[in-house]
Amino acid sequence: MQIAVLSGKGGTGKTFVSVNLAAVCENAVYIDCDVEEPNGFLFLKPKIEKTKTVEVTIPEIDESRCSGCRDCVRFCRFNALAFLKGKPRLFPELCHSCGGCSLICPTKAIREIPRGIGVIEQGASGKLSVLSGTLNSGEATGVPIIRRLIQKIPSGRTAVIDCPPGSSCTVMESIQDADFCLLVAEPTLFGLENLKLAAQLVKSFKKPCGIVINKDTADTELIDRLAEQENIPILLRIPFDRGLARTTARGELAVNSKTYGAIFRDLMKRIRETAGGKS
Amino acid sequence: MKLAIPSDGKLLSSPVSRSFGRTSYFIVADTEATDFTVIDNAAAAAQGGAGIKAAQSIADSGAEIVVTFHCGQNAADVLKDAGIKILKATAGTAADQIEAFKKGSLQELTEIHAGYHGGHK
Repeated sequence: MQIAVLSGKGGTGKTFVSVNLAAVCENAVYIDCDVEEPNGFLFLKPKIEKTKTVEVTIPEIDESRCSGCRDCVRFCRFNALAFLKGKPRLFPELCHSCGGCSLICPTKAIREIPRGIGVIEQGASGKLSVLSGTLNSGEATGVPIIRRLIQKIPSGRTAVIDCPPGSSCTVMESIQDADFCLLVAEPTLFGLENLKLAAQLVKSFKKPCGIVINKDTADTELIDRLAEQENIPILLRIPFDRGLARTTARGELAVNSKTYGAIFRDLMKRIRETAGGKS
Repeated sequence: MKLAIPSDGKLLSSPVSRSFGRTSYFIVADTEATDFTVIDNAAAAAQGGAGIKAAQSIADSGAEIVVTFHCGQNAADVLKDAGIKILKATAGTAADQIEAFKKGSLQELTEIHAGYHGGHK
Protein backbone atom coordinates (compact mmCIF):
# COMPACT_ATOMS: atom_id res chain seq x y z
CA MET A 1 0.00 0.00 0.00
CA GLN A 2 1.28 3.41 -1.00
CA ILE A 3 0.41 6.37 1.23
CA ALA A 4 1.18 9.83 -0.17
CA VAL A 5 1.51 12.65 2.35
CA LEU A 6 0.80 16.08 0.90
CA SER A 7 -0.40 19.46 2.10
CA GLY A 8 -0.46 22.21 -0.44
CA LYS A 9 1.18 24.69 1.91
CA GLY A 10 4.80 24.13 2.87
CA GLY A 11 5.77 23.89 6.51
CA THR A 12 2.58 22.23 7.69
CA GLY A 13 4.34 19.04 8.77
CA LYS A 14 4.45 16.66 5.79
CA THR A 15 7.88 15.37 6.67
CA PHE A 16 7.06 15.21 10.37
CA VAL A 17 4.00 13.06 9.67
CA SER A 18 5.73 10.97 6.97
CA VAL A 19 8.82 9.96 8.91
CA ASN A 20 6.88 9.15 12.06
CA LEU A 21 4.24 7.22 10.18
CA ALA A 22 6.87 5.22 8.29
CA ALA A 23 8.73 4.55 11.52
CA VAL A 24 5.76 2.79 13.18
CA CYS A 25 5.17 0.45 10.21
CA GLU A 26 6.95 -2.86 10.14
CA ASN A 27 9.15 -3.21 7.11
CA ALA A 28 8.03 0.02 5.39
CA VAL A 29 9.66 2.19 2.76
CA TYR A 30 10.00 5.95 3.18
CA ILE A 31 10.36 7.98 -0.02
CA ASP A 32 11.33 11.64 0.07
CA CYS A 33 9.92 13.20 -3.11
CA ASP A 34 10.48 16.78 -1.96
CA VAL A 35 13.50 16.84 -4.25
CA GLU A 36 14.04 20.59 -4.05
CA GLU A 37 14.52 20.37 -0.32
CA PRO A 38 14.55 16.80 0.94
CA ASN A 39 14.93 16.61 4.70
CA GLY A 40 13.41 13.31 5.80
CA PHE A 41 16.91 11.91 6.19
CA LEU A 42 17.56 14.40 9.00
CA PHE A 43 15.13 12.37 11.12
CA LEU A 44 15.73 8.88 9.79
CA LYS A 45 19.54 9.16 9.64
CA PRO A 46 19.87 6.21 7.28
CA LYS A 47 22.98 4.39 6.25
CA ILE A 48 23.28 5.26 2.54
CA GLU A 49 23.92 2.15 0.49
CA LYS A 50 23.59 3.47 -3.03
CA THR A 51 23.75 6.86 -4.74
CA LYS A 52 22.74 7.14 -8.35
CA THR A 53 22.74 10.08 -10.74
CA VAL A 54 19.42 10.76 -12.44
CA GLU A 55 19.81 11.63 -16.08
CA VAL A 56 17.46 13.11 -18.61
CA THR A 57 18.09 13.39 -22.32
CA ILE A 58 18.70 16.67 -24.07
CA PRO A 59 19.36 17.39 -27.73
CA GLU A 60 22.85 17.76 -29.13
CA ILE A 61 22.90 19.64 -32.40
CA ASP A 62 25.44 19.02 -35.12
CA GLU A 63 25.71 22.52 -36.56
CA SER A 64 27.36 21.26 -39.74
CA ARG A 65 24.19 19.34 -40.61
CA CYS A 66 21.74 22.09 -39.54
CA SER A 67 19.95 23.67 -42.50
CA GLY A 68 18.53 26.51 -40.42
CA CYS A 69 14.90 25.57 -41.10
CA ARG A 70 13.94 26.26 -37.46
CA ASP A 71 11.45 23.40 -37.32
CA CYS A 72 12.90 22.43 -33.92
CA VAL A 73 12.56 25.97 -32.56
CA ARG A 74 8.91 26.13 -33.61
CA PHE A 75 8.23 22.66 -32.27
CA CYS A 76 9.60 23.20 -28.76
CA ARG A 77 6.73 24.38 -26.60
CA PHE A 78 9.07 25.05 -23.71
CA ASN A 79 11.16 27.44 -25.80
CA ALA A 80 14.36 25.61 -24.99
CA LEU A 81 15.69 26.30 -28.49
CA ALA A 82 16.54 29.54 -30.26
CA PHE A 83 18.13 30.30 -33.60
CA LEU A 84 20.53 33.22 -33.72
CA LYS A 85 22.96 34.47 -36.33
CA GLY A 86 22.50 31.32 -38.37
CA LYS A 87 23.09 28.96 -35.45
CA PRO A 88 20.80 26.92 -33.22
CA ARG A 89 21.15 27.49 -29.49
CA LEU A 90 19.91 25.23 -26.71
CA PHE A 91 18.85 26.20 -23.17
CA PRO A 92 19.26 22.77 -21.56
CA GLU A 93 17.59 23.58 -18.24
CA LEU A 94 14.32 24.40 -20.05
CA CYS A 95 14.29 21.15 -22.03
CA HIS A 96 11.62 18.66 -20.94
CA SER A 97 13.32 15.76 -22.73
CA CYS A 98 10.41 15.01 -25.05
CA GLY A 99 12.77 14.18 -27.90
CA GLY A 100 10.51 15.94 -30.41
CA CYS A 101 13.22 18.13 -31.88
CA SER A 102 15.37 15.15 -32.81
CA LEU A 103 12.40 13.41 -34.44
CA ILE A 104 11.31 16.46 -36.39
CA CYS A 105 14.71 17.57 -37.69
CA PRO A 106 14.65 17.00 -41.47
CA THR A 107 18.44 16.81 -41.79
CA LYS A 108 18.93 14.56 -38.73
CA ALA A 109 21.24 17.14 -37.16
CA ILE A 110 19.90 16.45 -33.65
CA ARG A 111 20.64 13.47 -31.44
CA GLU A 112 19.86 12.94 -27.79
CA ILE A 113 22.51 12.85 -25.09
CA PRO A 114 22.22 12.30 -21.32
CA ARG A 115 22.45 15.11 -18.78
CA GLY A 116 22.52 14.67 -14.97
CA ILE A 117 19.94 16.70 -13.04
CA GLY A 118 20.25 15.23 -9.56
CA VAL A 119 20.70 12.08 -7.48
CA ILE A 120 18.73 9.36 -5.77
CA GLU A 121 20.06 7.99 -2.50
CA GLN A 122 18.98 4.64 -1.21
CA GLY A 123 19.60 3.23 2.22
CA ALA A 124 18.21 1.79 5.42
CA SER A 125 17.31 3.09 8.83
CA GLY A 126 16.78 0.08 11.06
CA LYS A 127 14.06 -2.00 9.42
CA LEU A 128 12.97 0.92 7.31
CA SER A 129 14.11 1.21 3.68
CA VAL A 130 14.58 4.78 2.57
CA LEU A 131 14.80 6.56 -0.76
CA SER A 132 15.48 10.24 -1.26
CA GLY A 133 15.90 12.39 -4.35
CA THR A 134 17.82 15.64 -4.65
CA LEU A 135 17.48 17.97 -7.59
CA ASN A 136 20.55 20.01 -8.54
CA SER A 137 20.01 23.70 -7.88
CA GLY A 138 19.06 25.76 -10.90
CA GLU A 139 17.13 22.94 -12.54
CA ALA A 140 13.62 23.71 -13.75
CA THR A 141 11.84 20.52 -12.74
CA GLY A 142 12.23 17.62 -10.34
CA VAL A 143 9.61 15.50 -12.11
CA PRO A 144 12.10 13.06 -13.73
CA ILE A 145 13.66 12.33 -10.32
CA ILE A 146 10.27 11.81 -8.69
CA ARG A 147 9.18 9.51 -11.51
CA ARG A 148 12.25 7.36 -10.93
CA LEU A 149 11.76 7.35 -7.14
CA ILE A 150 8.19 6.09 -7.56
CA GLN A 151 9.38 3.36 -9.94
CA LYS A 152 11.86 2.20 -7.32
CA ILE A 153 9.22 1.51 -4.67
CA PRO A 154 9.21 -2.26 -4.06
CA SER A 155 5.75 -3.77 -4.43
CA GLY A 156 4.00 -5.46 -1.54
CA ARG A 157 5.42 -3.16 1.10
CA THR A 158 3.89 -0.22 2.88
CA ALA A 159 5.32 2.91 1.31
CA VAL A 160 5.09 6.41 2.77
CA ILE A 161 5.65 9.09 0.13
CA ASP A 162 6.70 12.47 1.45
CA CYS A 163 5.44 14.81 -1.30
CA PRO A 164 6.74 18.21 -2.33
CA PRO A 165 4.69 21.26 -1.29
CA GLY A 166 2.17 22.80 -3.67
CA SER A 167 -0.30 21.06 -5.93
CA SER A 168 1.29 21.06 -9.37
CA CYS A 169 3.32 18.63 -11.57
CA THR A 170 5.75 17.41 -8.91
CA VAL A 171 2.91 16.58 -6.52
CA MET A 172 0.83 14.89 -9.23
CA GLU A 173 3.82 12.74 -10.13
CA SER A 174 4.29 11.82 -6.46
CA ILE A 175 0.69 10.75 -5.79
CA GLN A 176 -0.23 9.04 -9.01
CA ASP A 177 0.28 5.46 -7.88
CA ALA A 178 -0.81 6.12 -4.30
CA ASP A 179 -3.59 4.05 -2.74
CA PHE A 180 -4.26 6.71 -0.14
CA CYS A 181 -3.56 10.44 0.18
CA LEU A 182 -2.99 11.93 3.59
CA LEU A 183 -3.54 15.69 3.67
CA VAL A 184 -1.61 17.47 6.40
CA ALA A 185 -3.23 20.77 7.30
CA GLU A 186 -2.52 23.54 9.74
CA PRO A 187 -5.45 25.55 11.14
CA THR A 188 -4.67 28.91 9.54
CA LEU A 189 -6.33 30.77 6.69
CA PHE A 190 -3.26 30.22 4.52
CA GLY A 191 -3.27 26.55 5.48
CA LEU A 192 -6.95 26.29 4.56
CA GLU A 193 -6.59 27.86 1.11
CA ASN A 194 -3.72 25.54 0.21
CA LEU A 195 -5.54 22.56 1.64
CA LYS A 196 -8.46 23.32 -0.68
CA LEU A 197 -6.13 23.08 -3.68
CA ALA A 198 -4.54 19.86 -2.45
CA ALA A 199 -7.98 18.37 -1.74
CA GLN A 200 -9.15 19.34 -5.22
CA LEU A 201 -6.10 17.63 -6.74
CA VAL A 202 -6.61 14.44 -4.74
CA LYS A 203 -10.30 14.36 -5.69
CA SER A 204 -9.54 14.77 -9.37
CA PHE A 205 -7.25 11.74 -9.04
CA LYS A 206 -10.12 9.94 -7.29
CA LYS A 207 -7.92 8.89 -4.39
CA PRO A 208 -9.27 7.95 -1.00
CA CYS A 209 -8.00 10.52 1.47
CA GLY A 210 -8.01 11.80 5.02
CA ILE A 211 -6.84 14.86 6.90
CA VAL A 212 -4.31 15.23 9.70
CA ILE A 213 -4.57 18.56 11.49
CA ASN A 214 -1.15 19.52 12.74
CA LYS A 215 -0.39 22.25 15.27
CA ASP A 216 -3.96 21.91 16.49
CA THR A 217 -4.97 24.84 18.61
CA ALA A 218 -8.43 25.02 20.10
CA ASP A 219 -9.74 26.78 17.01
CA THR A 220 -9.79 24.51 13.97
CA GLU A 221 -13.20 25.49 12.68
CA LEU A 222 -11.83 26.54 9.29
CA ILE A 223 -10.44 23.10 8.56
CA ASP A 224 -13.34 21.27 10.20
CA ARG A 225 -15.81 23.03 7.94
CA LEU A 226 -13.85 22.19 4.78
CA ALA A 227 -13.51 18.57 5.87
CA GLU A 228 -17.25 18.39 6.32
CA GLN A 229 -18.06 20.11 3.02
CA GLU A 230 -15.68 17.90 1.09
CA ASN A 231 -16.60 14.85 3.08
CA ILE A 232 -13.00 14.07 4.01
CA PRO A 233 -12.48 12.37 7.38
CA ILE A 234 -10.17 13.98 9.93
CA LEU A 235 -8.01 11.07 11.00
CA LEU A 236 -5.80 12.74 13.56
CA ARG A 237 -5.31 16.00 15.43
CA ILE A 238 -1.76 16.64 16.56
CA PRO A 239 -1.70 19.17 19.39
CA PHE A 240 0.28 22.37 19.32
CA ASP A 241 2.90 21.06 21.70
CA ARG A 242 6.21 22.70 22.64
CA GLY A 243 7.72 19.39 23.68
CA LEU A 244 6.95 17.99 20.25
CA ALA A 245 8.52 21.01 18.57
CA ARG A 246 11.63 20.50 20.68
CA THR A 247 11.90 16.83 19.74
CA THR A 248 11.52 17.65 16.06
CA ALA A 249 14.01 20.52 16.21
CA ARG A 250 16.55 18.05 17.61
CA GLY A 251 15.97 15.85 14.58
CA GLU A 252 14.40 13.08 16.63
CA LEU A 253 11.35 10.97 15.88
CA ALA A 254 8.28 11.71 17.98
CA VAL A 255 7.24 8.05 17.90
CA ASN A 256 10.17 7.13 20.13
CA SER A 257 7.87 8.29 22.93
CA LYS A 258 5.12 5.95 24.06
CA THR A 259 2.38 8.53 23.55
CA TYR A 260 3.23 9.40 19.97
CA GLY A 261 4.12 5.84 19.07
CA ALA A 262 0.54 4.89 19.96
CA ILE A 263 -0.91 7.93 18.16
CA PHE A 264 0.86 7.14 14.89
CA ARG A 265 0.09 3.42 15.07
CA ASP A 266 -3.54 4.40 15.46
CA LEU A 267 -3.26 6.77 12.49
CA MET A 268 -1.93 3.90 10.38
CA LYS A 269 -4.85 1.76 11.43
CA ARG A 270 -7.35 4.47 10.50
CA ILE A 271 -5.66 4.98 7.11
CA ARG A 272 -6.03 1.27 6.36
CA GLU A 273 -9.68 1.36 7.36
CA THR A 274 -10.41 4.47 5.29
CA ALA A 275 -8.54 3.11 2.27
CA GLY A 276 -10.90 0.17 2.31
CA GLY A 277 -9.01 -2.87 3.44
CA LYS A 278 -6.08 -2.60 1.05
CA SER A 279 -2.92 -4.03 2.53
CA MET B 1 19.24 52.49 -35.45
CA LYS B 2 16.38 50.09 -34.73
CA LEU B 3 15.02 50.00 -31.16
CA ALA B 4 12.67 47.43 -29.62
CA ILE B 5 10.64 48.46 -26.56
CA PRO B 6 8.30 46.20 -24.57
CA SER B 7 5.03 48.06 -24.39
CA ASP B 8 1.58 47.76 -22.85
CA GLY B 9 -0.05 49.09 -26.03
CA LYS B 10 0.40 49.38 -29.78
CA LEU B 11 1.18 53.10 -29.89
CA LEU B 12 4.26 55.24 -29.44
CA SER B 13 2.32 56.87 -26.61
CA SER B 14 1.84 53.51 -24.86
CA PRO B 15 3.65 53.01 -21.55
CA VAL B 16 6.74 50.82 -21.39
CA SER B 17 5.87 47.36 -20.03
CA ARG B 18 7.27 46.29 -16.66
CA SER B 19 7.94 42.88 -18.14
CA PHE B 20 10.15 41.84 -21.03
CA GLY B 21 9.30 38.23 -21.85
CA ARG B 22 5.62 38.53 -21.03
CA THR B 23 4.94 42.00 -22.39
CA SER B 24 1.86 42.25 -24.62
CA TYR B 25 3.67 44.05 -27.44
CA PHE B 26 7.02 45.26 -28.64
CA ILE B 27 7.27 48.59 -30.41
CA VAL B 28 10.07 48.42 -32.97
CA ALA B 29 11.05 51.87 -34.16
CA ASP B 30 13.81 53.18 -36.39
CA THR B 31 15.45 56.32 -35.02
CA GLU B 32 15.96 57.56 -38.60
CA ALA B 33 12.27 57.27 -39.50
CA THR B 34 8.93 58.24 -38.01
CA ASP B 35 7.08 55.00 -38.65
CA PHE B 36 7.28 51.94 -36.44
CA THR B 37 6.10 48.35 -36.31
CA VAL B 38 4.35 46.42 -33.56
CA ILE B 39 5.21 42.87 -32.61
CA ASP B 40 2.40 40.96 -30.97
CA ASN B 41 4.35 39.06 -28.32
CA ALA B 42 3.36 35.43 -28.77
CA ALA B 43 5.63 34.54 -25.83
CA ALA B 44 3.32 36.32 -23.36
CA ALA B 45 1.29 33.14 -22.92
CA ALA B 46 4.19 30.67 -23.12
CA GLN B 47 4.33 27.92 -20.52
CA GLY B 48 8.01 28.51 -20.03
CA GLY B 49 10.93 30.14 -21.77
CA ALA B 50 8.96 33.31 -22.52
CA GLY B 51 12.10 35.43 -22.39
CA ILE B 52 13.83 33.24 -24.96
CA LYS B 53 10.89 33.30 -27.36
CA ALA B 54 10.40 37.05 -26.98
CA ALA B 55 14.09 37.72 -27.52
CA GLN B 56 14.04 35.48 -30.58
CA SER B 57 11.27 37.55 -32.17
CA ILE B 58 13.21 40.72 -31.46
CA ALA B 59 16.32 39.24 -33.03
CA ASP B 60 14.22 38.30 -36.06
CA SER B 61 12.83 41.84 -36.30
CA GLY B 62 16.31 43.17 -36.97
CA ALA B 63 16.35 45.42 -33.89
CA GLU B 64 19.81 46.37 -32.66
CA ILE B 65 18.85 47.80 -29.27
CA VAL B 66 16.34 46.76 -26.60
CA VAL B 67 15.12 49.34 -24.08
CA THR B 68 13.56 47.62 -21.07
CA PHE B 69 13.15 47.85 -17.30
CA HIS B 70 13.92 44.21 -16.67
CA CYS B 71 15.50 41.32 -18.51
CA GLY B 72 16.05 37.72 -17.41
CA GLN B 73 19.24 35.75 -17.89
CA ASN B 74 17.98 33.54 -20.71
CA ALA B 75 16.58 36.46 -22.69
CA ALA B 76 19.81 38.38 -22.14
CA ASP B 77 21.78 35.39 -23.47
CA VAL B 78 19.67 35.29 -26.63
CA LEU B 79 19.99 39.05 -27.17
CA LYS B 80 23.73 38.86 -26.60
CA ASP B 81 24.10 36.04 -29.12
CA ALA B 82 22.11 38.12 -31.60
CA GLY B 83 24.41 41.09 -30.98
CA ILE B 84 21.62 43.21 -29.48
CA LYS B 85 22.44 45.76 -26.78
CA ILE B 86 20.18 46.14 -23.72
CA LEU B 87 19.51 49.61 -22.31
CA LYS B 88 17.58 50.48 -19.18
CA ALA B 89 14.17 52.07 -19.75
CA THR B 90 13.08 55.19 -17.93
CA ALA B 91 9.53 55.84 -16.76
CA GLY B 92 7.19 56.94 -19.53
CA THR B 93 6.07 55.95 -22.99
CA ALA B 94 7.76 54.17 -25.87
CA ALA B 95 8.25 57.56 -27.55
CA ASP B 96 10.02 58.85 -24.42
CA GLN B 97 12.54 56.01 -24.72
CA ILE B 98 13.26 56.85 -28.35
CA GLU B 99 13.82 60.51 -27.45
CA ALA B 100 16.03 59.59 -24.53
CA PHE B 101 18.03 57.26 -26.77
CA LYS B 102 18.55 60.01 -29.36
CA LYS B 103 19.86 62.29 -26.59
CA GLY B 104 22.18 59.52 -25.47
CA SER B 105 20.81 59.54 -21.94
CA LEU B 106 19.94 55.84 -21.61
CA GLN B 107 22.22 53.66 -19.50
CA GLU B 108 23.13 50.09 -20.18
CA LEU B 109 20.98 47.55 -18.24
CA THR B 110 23.42 45.89 -15.88
CA GLU B 111 21.03 44.04 -13.58
CA ILE B 112 20.05 40.84 -15.29
CA HIS B 113 17.77 38.82 -13.01
CA ALA B 114 17.86 35.05 -12.78
CA GLY B 115 14.37 34.79 -14.24
CA TYR B 116 11.00 34.00 -12.73
CA HIS B 117 11.02 30.31 -13.50
CA GLY B 118 8.44 29.22 -11.00
CA GLY B 119 6.12 27.55 -13.44
CA HIS B 120 6.80 24.00 -12.34
CA LYS B 121 6.32 24.31 -8.65
